[in-house]
Amino acid sequence: MKVITVIPAFNEEKTIGKVLDDVKNYCDNIIVVDDGSVDRTFEIAKQYGVKVIRHIINRGLGAALGTGIKVAFLDNADYIITFDADGQHRGEDIPRLVKTAEEGSFDVVIGSRLIDSKGMPLTRRLANWTGNFVTYFLFGIWVTDSQSGLRLFNRKSAEVLNLKSNRMEVSSEIIKEIKVNNLKFKEIPIKAIYTDYSLSKPTGQGFIMGLKTLWQLILQKISK
Amino acid sequence: MLIQIFIIIFVLFALSRALLRFKKNEIAIKEFLFWLVFWVAVSVAVLLPQTTTLLANLVGVGRGADLVIYISIVAVFYIIFRIFVKIEKIEQDITKIVREIGLKEEKEKH
Repeated sequence: MKVITVIPAFNEEKTIGKVLDDVKNYCDNIIVVDDGSVDRTFEIAKQYGVKVIRHIINRGLGAALGTGIKVAFLDNADYIITFDADGQHRGEDIPRLVKTAEEGSFDVVIGSRLIDSKGMPLTRRLANWTGNFVTYFLFGIWVTDSQSGLRLFNRKSAEVLNLKSNRMEVSSEIIKEIKVNNLKFKEIPIKAIYTDYSLSKPTGQGFIMGLKTLWQLILQKISK
Repeated sequence: MLIQIFIIIFVLFALSRALLRFKKNEIAIKEFLFWLVFWVAVSVAVLLPQTTTLLANLVGVGRGADLVIYISIVAVFYIIFRIFVKIEKIEQDITKIVREIGLKEEKEKH
């Protein structure tokens, strides 16, 4: 059984090393997708001897995930994990995702930060809830954490996953794809680590970013 | 009225451009005919405004000028929508290219 972790990274030189140190203990291979970073993300990731795919320009989270999942699939992963590069996830949750998928033969397992949301700042909780609501409203599927970056895909789901989104709206699109393709999925509680650093970063989408994401999702919905 | 003269001068200019591009084989005959009909219709609307009123009354709009504006707004919205869809497509194409370059770079190193 081969577990490959995909880490999309855009300007994460401060955290990528720590994340790789942690993650490497819990999977067979790691693929970092450097999404056009202008800092030392690429060089640092390279030093760890993991596979690093570089986007020559920044294309956004959705594009980076698409690239990573494609490469992991071609590398014959049985399970593909997506893992944020900002240090908010714990590597030890990876085996839990895999175990859940194995035991329940789930196609997709999502680590939800909101089943047990102690420690999550109120503004984040509100933002995530808004994301969930929008996802439900547009795609008709309710999840507790539609914006989570920690997910597992098996080969079947990685193959049928048709991600068109380039940016943050990809998280909701994945949920939509689960529904459209009738994938068997489960959410398990995970703990998110909120450091000053991860909170200062606008990757957890700021308000304006959130509006843009909403707009993209609506466009996706009507241009179908 | 002065505005009529201005618009007609512009129509003639636009038509001459279309004709020129058609002669140079840059646009197809279908496209040229479309623009020809379009600009002739504009000329008629400008020179004989009462014809638009006639049309407007036919569909239940009071004034010809109103009808023209209604149609224009609908057309503009449609065009904006088309452009959005097109941009989205281009965005996805750019991602495909960037992805392929990344994969190629990686393969060459191994």
